[in-house]
Amino acid sequence: MTVLDMRDVRKVYRSGDADIVALDHATLQVDHGEIVALLGPSGSGKTTLLSIAGGLLAATEGKVMVGGHDISEYDGKQLTEFRRNNVGFVFQSVNLVPFLTAEENLLVVDELGGGKGGKGAKARARQLLEELGLGHRTRNLPSQLSGGERQRVAIGRALFNNPRLVLFDEPTSALDTKLGAQVMELIRNEMKARDTAAIIVTHDRRMTEYADRTVEIVDGRLGAEAPAH
Amino acid sequence: MRLPRLPFRELRRQPSRFVVATVVLAFLATLLLFLGGLLDGLYLGSTGAIRAQRSDAIVFSSSARDSFLRSRITPELRAEIEAAEGVGEVGGLGFVLLGAQVPGETELADVAVAGYEVPPAGVPTPGPDGQGVADSRLEDQGVQVGDTILVGPAETPITITGFVDDTAYLQQGTVWVNLATWRAVQNANRPDSAVADGVVQALVVTRDAATTLSGPLPELIDTTTDGATKTLTVEDAVLALPGVKQQGDTFDQIIYSTLVVVLAVVALFFSLLTIERMGLYGVLKAIGASTRRLFAGVLLQAVIVATIAFVVGSLLALAAAAALPAKVPLQLTPGRFLFTYAGLLVAAVLGSAISLRRVTRVDPASAIGGAG
Repeated sequence: MTVLDMRDVRKVYRSGDADIVALDHATLQVDHGEIVALLGPSGSGKTTLLSIAGGLLAATEGKVMVGGHDISEYDGKQLTEFRRNNVGFVFQSVNLVPFLTAEENLLVVDELGGGKGGKGAKARARQLLEELGLGHRTRNLPSQLSGGERQRVAIGRALFNNPRLVLFDEPTSALDTKLGAQVMELIRNEMKARDTAAIIVTHDRRMTEYADRTVEIVDGRLGAEAPAH
Repeated sequence: MRLPRLPFRELRRQPSRFVVATVVLAFLATLLLFLGGLLDGLYLGSTGAIRAQRSDAIVFSSSARDSFLRSRITPELRAEIEAAEGVGEVGGLGFVLLGAQVPGETELADVAVAGYEVPPAGVPTPGPDGQGVADSRLEDQGVQVGDTILVGPAETPITITGFVDDTAYLQQGTVWVNLATWRAVQNANRPDSAVADGVVQALVVTRDAATTLSGPLPELIDTTTDGATKTLTVEDAVLALPGVKQQGDTFDQIIYSTLVVVLAVVALFFSLLTIERMGLYGVLKAIGASTRRLFAGVLLQAVIVATIAFVVGSLLALAAAAALPAKVPLQLTPGRFLFTYAGLLVAAVLGSAISLRRVTRVDPASAIGGAG
C-alpha cells in the first residue's frame, strides 16, 4: 500500500524578477516498509522534495498524499499537527535538544502532542532506546554521547510517534564511513521491523545499497530509478 | 493549557544562560523597591496626621491656598459652616511646627503640635491642658510616656501620656493636644502668627448622615460661606500638603522610567536568546511544535526570571533598609512589593513579547539542511 504519493509536484521560488524551479513535475510513490534513497548533487532539489513530502513546505502545484491525507491544501496549523502525528524526521546535523537527556529528547514528541510524559510514554522511550542500543544512555545529555549515539537518539525521536513515513536528511554525513554504515544498517532494520516507509536523502552512492530502490534527482527532476538490492 | 516542561528544564539545566539577565533585573527590582520605599516613607511621614482624620471634608479659609499654617477660621465663620446644609460633626484643627527638648536628650526633637477636637483614627479624645499623646516616631527621638517635653523657644511644657502610630505631619512627630494647649504653644512660640480664642486653622467636617445633600459637601459649605472658605476632601487635603504631590510625581516618573529599562533589558535578553535558539526552534517546529507553544515557553521563562529577580531584589532591599539609619524615610510596605512585582511581570511579558515576531518567522523547513 502506498504511504507517500506525490504527483506532478512543482515548487517554484521567486528570486527578484526570476522564478527558480526547485522541483519540476516530480512524481514519486513510496510503499509501506519501503526504503527509497534519493540521490542527487547539491542544489538538485532533493531537500525541497523531502520538505514537501514531510509537510514542511507547501508545493506550488501538484498533489501530495501521505497516509491517505491530502496535505496539498493544508494550512500551516494543519501541517504542524500532521507532522507531529504522521512523519518522523532525522536531520543532517544532529538536532537534539541540548539540555534534555536522551530519554527526554524522545519524550519531547509526546509533550508537543499534548502528552504528559506519563509511564506509557516513558516506557516506550526506554524501549526504543534499548532497541537502538542506548539502554545504558537514557539519562545522558547529548553532549555526553558520541556522534553515532546522538544520531541513534535522533532516529528514536523520529520513530517515537509510530509515523507512517520517516524522512532522513543526509543521516550519515557527520559520521565516518564505518559508523555511517552501522547507522544505515540500523535504519534499515528499524524501518523493516516496523513496516515504515522511508526516504533517505544522500549524495553518497555507497549509502544507496541499504535502500530498496534509488531515485536520482537532477535540477529538480526525478530521473532514473534503480533497485539497490 | 498545561505548562510546558521544556522551558523549566532549560532553566534548571542551563541556569548560567539566565544569570546575567536575572542579576541585572534583581538590581533593578532593588532600585524600584528602594525608590518606591522612599516615596512611601516620604508620603506616609508627611501625611499621617491628615490621613488619620475620619471626617469627610477639611475647611480652610479661602486666602490660605490650602495651607493649615496660613489658614484661620474665626468663631463667626465656624458658626456659618455649622449651619450649612449636610454638616454634622465639626471640630477645630491647628498645627505648629517646632523643636522640642526631650529629657535626657541633647538633640532637639522635631515636633508638630496639633490641636484637635474630633479625635483622628487611633487618637483618644483631647486630654487636659498641658498633656498630649505623641506619634510613635518621637519614641525614636527618645521621648517616653510620662516625659515632659519643652516645646519651642518659649519652652512650653507638654507631658506625654501615650503614643499613636502613623500620624506624622511633614516628617515631624505630631503631639496631639487640646485646642487651648495648641493656642498656648502657638502664641508663646509664634507670636507673629498668634491666634485669638476660638480661632482655629481649619475645621474637620463630618457629613450629617440623616440629610440628603443637594450637591457635594465641599461646594455646599463654600457656597454657604459665600466664598470665605475653601473646602477639600481629606484626600485632596493630603495632596495639598507642601511637596506631597511634587514628590509623588517625581518619584513616579523615576519608577516608571526604571520599569521601561526593565522592559528593555528583558526584550534585549530574550531577543538574543531567541536568535540563539533559531536552529532549535526550526527543529522543534519541524517535529510538530506550534509557534504558540514555543512562544509560551519564552513567556514562561521571562516570568520565572522576573520572579526570581524580584525575590532576590526584595531580599537586597530589605537588607538595605535594615542597614540604613532610621532617619532615612524608607518604608517598604506590602503594597509596594506587590506593585513592584506586578510592574516587573508586566515589563517582562511585554519585553519578551518582542520575540514573538521572531519565533513566528522561524521556518520549520530551515531544519532540513540546504544542501539540495
